[in-house]
Amino acid sequence: MSAETETPRPMDFLLPERLDEALEAMAARAGTVPVAGGTDVMVRLGTGHERPAAAVDLTRIVCLSRWERTAGGIRLGATVPYTRIAGELAAPLPGLAAAARTVGSRQIRNRGTVGGALGTASPTGDVHPMLLACGAEVELVSVRGARRVPVRDFYTGPGRTVRAPDELIRAVRVPEAEGPQAYAKAGRRGAVVMATCSFAVALWPSRAWVGTGIGSAAPVPRPAPEAEQFVARELGELRLWQTRGPLPDDVLARFGELAAAATAPADDVRGSSAYRRHAVAVLARRTLGRVWDDYRAHRRTEGEPCT
Amino acid sequence: MHLTLTVNGERHDAEGVAGTESLLYVLRQRLGLYGAKNACEQGQCGSCSVHLDGVLVCACLVPAPQAHGRSVETVEGLAGEDGPHPVQEAFLACGAVQCGFCTPGMLKAAEDLLRRCPDPGEAEIKDALAGNLCRCTGYRHILEAVRLAAARTRAPESRP
Ligand code: FES
Ligand code: FES
Repeated sequence: MSAETETPRPMDFLLPERLDEALEAMAARAGTVPVAGGTDVMVRLGTGHERPAAAVDLTRIVCLSRWERTAGGIRLGATVPYTRIAGELAAPLPGLAAAARTVGSRQIRNRGTVGGALGTASPTGDVHPMLLACGAEVELVSVRGARRVPVRDFYTGPGRTVRAPDELIRAVRVPEAEGPQAYAKAGRRGAVVMATCSFAVALWPSRAWVGTGIGSAAPVPRPAPEAEQFVARELGELRLWQTRGPLPDDVLARFGELAAAATAPADDVRGSSAYRRHAVAVLARRTLGRVWDDYRAHRRTEGEPCT
Repeated sequence: MHLTLTVNGERHDAEGVAGTESLLYVLRQRLGLYGAKNACEQGQCGSCSVHLDGVLVCACLVPAPQAHGRSVETVEGLAGEDGPHPVQEAFLACGAVQCGFCTPGMLKAAEDLLRRCPDPGEAEIKDALAGNLCRCTGYRHILEAVRLAAARTRAPESRP
């Protein structure tokens, strides 16, 4: 659609200030689209792929735009933009803050939100891998009630999730970091473009666990469970959590291979499936090496600049 | 719907605004403010950059109804009573403008950076302009202009 030439078609746009009003609007008309930063929705509207009867603005609902500390970690309101995540949450959520810093451009980070990324569920979204690596939980709410869904069960296909048509994403709960976390992505340039593929890793020393997440290399963002189990076993057998000894090269290499084996990449304009598989192995090996070095040095990892 | 918004300190009203209209459409087609440019309508070029309640955004990605009751600052509001804004002067001084299509967005992004960060380093300047595409200049003069504007803003007496 060219804004210069075409008259835009009618669509109701509701501006509720309270969550219950928004939920009623979602329930009242099937296919009502919630909008926060607009960075995905406006593009879909512009290409004419989506013609909803109504949209609901979420940016006036104050409770969605806050984050708070809870016993389980950070409860991040659905409409907190990436700029604020990067600026305010770098201490408790270093991995998510690092991923937020790699999103689009300043203009996009000022508007884009984690709630929006979850709603859009693009396999290329920058925050999904870290949400997976952290074992985050999505809070869904509708007039029928609220529920929590582990992010690992949230995505069902490209652009599809378990969210029912009348549900809103209210918040995402992310456990506070216990150790280093890193996110890396491969792409044609550092800003604006979508990742060709990406990888997130988070260390959880209290559970002797390494969380992973892969982006842009399968129909949905997904973890690499076999790589997680493999490295947990190796770290346990070698007592490396306790000794903070070096991670052997062959363990890093095998971790990369298992991460690549967890992908189901497509061939598209951004890269071939073979390239993606290879790049995921490299990013996995590299990010695990980095967080492990930081763990040994009692440092936190602030994430890696884009390649 | 009926839309009321403040643009560069002045109140504007628009009638019959459709839910699918963008803030960019309202600025250009309804209010006749052609400073913010329309190019990709996908958030990829930054030509449409404006401030919405003090936050730099791509106006093409803001649904117009979201701007209801809010305050917008466009490139038309940059120059003040006492002449061009320091970033505008610096762009001229450095030859940072060729066809000029990207310039309003570049100026807004540069102004936004200096609001947040009066003494930006190279990485901060590049990050601030990463969402703004220039089809002509190769960026060198633009980066130079931002450095100059920062220096002059910090030491206003060095302004011409
Ligand atoms: S026209 Fe808005 S970013 Fe290109
Ligand atoms: S001067 Fe022509 S696009 Fe930048």
